[in-house]
Amino acid sequence: MTEEIIIAGFGGQGVLSMGQILCYGGVMQGKEVSWMPSYGPEMRGGTANCTAIISDEQISSPVLNEFDTAIVLNQPSMDKFEDAVKPGGLLIYEENGMTRKPERTDINVCSIAAYDESVRMNNTKVFNMIVIGGFLKVRPILELSNVIDGLKKVLPERYHHLVPLNEEAIHKGMDIIKSEHKAD
Amino acid sequence: MKGNEALAEAAIRAGADAYFGYPITPQSEVIEYLMRENPVDRTGMQVLQAESEIAAINMVYGAAGCGKRVMTSSSSPGVSLKMEGISYIAGAELPCVLVNVVRAGPGLGTIQPSQSDYFQAVKGGGHGDYKMIVLAPATVQESVDYVKLGFELAFKYRNPVMILSDGIIGQMMEKVELFEQQPRSKEEPEWATVGKKEGRDSVIVTSLQLQSEEQEKVNLRLQSKYREVEKNEVMYETYNCEDAEYLFAAFGSCARITRKAMEMARKKGIKVGLIRPQTLYPFPVDAISELSERMKGILTVEMNAGQMVEDVRLAVNGKTPVEHFGRFGGVIPSPEEILEALEQKIIGG
Repeated sequence: MTEEIIIAGFGGQGVLSMGQILCYGGVMQGKEVSWMPSYGPEMRGGTANCTAIISDEQISSPVLNEFDTAIVLNQPSMDKFEDAVKPGGLLIYEENGMTRKPERTDINVCSIAAYDESVRMNNTKVFNMIVIGGFLKVRPILELSNVIDGLKKVLPERYHHLVPLNEEAIHKGMDIIKSEHKAD
Repeated sequence: MKGNEALAEAAIRAGADAYFGYPITPQSEVIEYLMRENPVDRTGMQVLQAESEIAAINMVYGAAGCGKRVMTSSSSPGVSLKMEGISYIAGAELPCVLVNVVRAGPGLGTIQPSQSDYFQAVKGGGHGDYKMIVLAPATVQESVDYVKLGFELAFKYRNPVMILSDGIIGQMMEKVELFEQQPRSKEEPEWATVGKKEGRDSVIVTSLQLQSEEQEKVNLRLQSKYREVEKNEVMYETYNCEDAEYLFAAFGSCARITRKAMEMARKKGIKVGLIRPQTLYPFPVDAISELSERMKGILTVEMNAGQMVEDVRLAVNGKTPVEHFGRFGGVIPSPEEILEALEQKIIGG
C-alpha cells in the first residue's frame, strides 16, 4: 500500500497539521511516512500545501507531481491540483467557498461541507479533523486509534483535553462526506 | 521529525560542546530547536545566537581552537558570509561541523530548495588550497547520522566537515531513529589552546605563515591529509547497477526523486541504475569510473545548472557520454521529467 496525498488550502485551515496527523498516524501503524510542506512566504490567509506519503515500502521521492488523493480546501487549490490526481484517484473538496465543481470524470470526487459542520459544532478549529474523517471514510488506510495517537503527537500536551472533541469531529466527517462522482 | 530539528537534536546527542548560529530560512529550525531545548541543562552544551554569520563562524573558530566539538549551520547566503572563517579554520587545521541547508542563488535568491552550492562546498568557496569533507544526506535519518559521523571525521582529520543538506531535507518530516546520547569529551587535544598547564607545550593556533617555504609545508601537509581522506572515507550507494545499461548520478534529495524516476524507467523496461555519492568530497571517483565501463551513458540529475556533472565527467574520463539534467532557482524536478531527460539526452542522444 502506498498513498500519496496532497493537502492544499488557505493558511490557517490546518492544512500542514492534517498532513502531520496522518503521517504520525502512519508511524503508529508501522508505516513508512514522509511529510513535505510548502514553506514559501506563506501566512494566515495565503495558500499552503503539504505532501504526505504513507507506505508499506521505503519512500523514494518526498516531492511528487501526481497524487493518489488530493484534498483541496479552496478554489485556487482545486485549480492547481485537480489535474495532479492520478486517473482513478480521489479528489476531496470542501464545499464552502468553491466557485466551480471539479471537471475531471476519470477520478473519484467527493465533497464535504466541513466548514458548515464545524460551525454547527461551535468550533471552527476542528474543521481540518472533520476533513480527515471524511478522507478516512473513503480511504480507510489507517485505523482511527492510530490517527488519534498521531493527533496526540502533533497537539501540544496542554491541548490534550481537546482530543475527544477532535475524535468527534473525525466521526462527523465520516458521516457527512458525499460521493459526487465515481471514476469512469 | 523535521529534518532541521532532527539535525539539531543530533548535535546535542553527538556530545557537541557548542552551537553558534544565525537564523536564515530554510534552516532556522536548527537554532529554534536548540534554543527551545536549552541543552545546557541536558549536557552543558552552549547555544548562542550570534550577531551575524561572520560572528558565528569566528566563534566556531575560537571554540574549535580550544579543542571543543562545535557546530554551526546556515543556508546559502549565510554560508557565503562564513567562507572567510571556514578557510581560516581549514588553514589552522581545526575540527568543526558546518551545515548548509541550501537554497537557490545567486545573491539572496529564493528560499526554495536547491543544490547550487555544490561547487562552493566541494571546490572551496573560501580562498586557498583547502578541502572540506562534504557529506550529502538524502534522508532525515542521514541528517542525524552525519552529525555524529561529521564530528568523528572532523576530529580524526582535524578538518572542517560540511553537511550539505537542502530545503527539502531540512523542511520535510519522516521517521528517524536517534542515536544514544554521547558524553561530551573531556579530552584536551595537544593541539588545542587550553592554557599552558604544567607539562604542556605552548600552542599557537594560526593560519598565518609569512615564509613561503613554511606555507608550502603547510600546504603539503594538508594535501597529504586530503589524500588520506580520499583513500579512507569515500561513501556512496548504488541501486540496480548490476544489470544496468544506463546510469543516473544524483546526490541528496535529488537522488530520491531520481530513484523514483529509476523505478518508473524500470517499469518501462529501461535498464537504468543509480549511484548516489554520500560523500561529495571525497568523491567516489573509482566507483563511477568502474561503473562507466559498462554503461551506455550517464545522466547526472541536480538542482543546479550542472556542478557535480564536472566531477562525474572527470571520473568517467571519456569512457561513456555524460550529460546533465537540472532544474534550478528553487524548482524541484519531477520524476517524469527526469525520465524524459534520460530518454532524450542519453538513450536517444
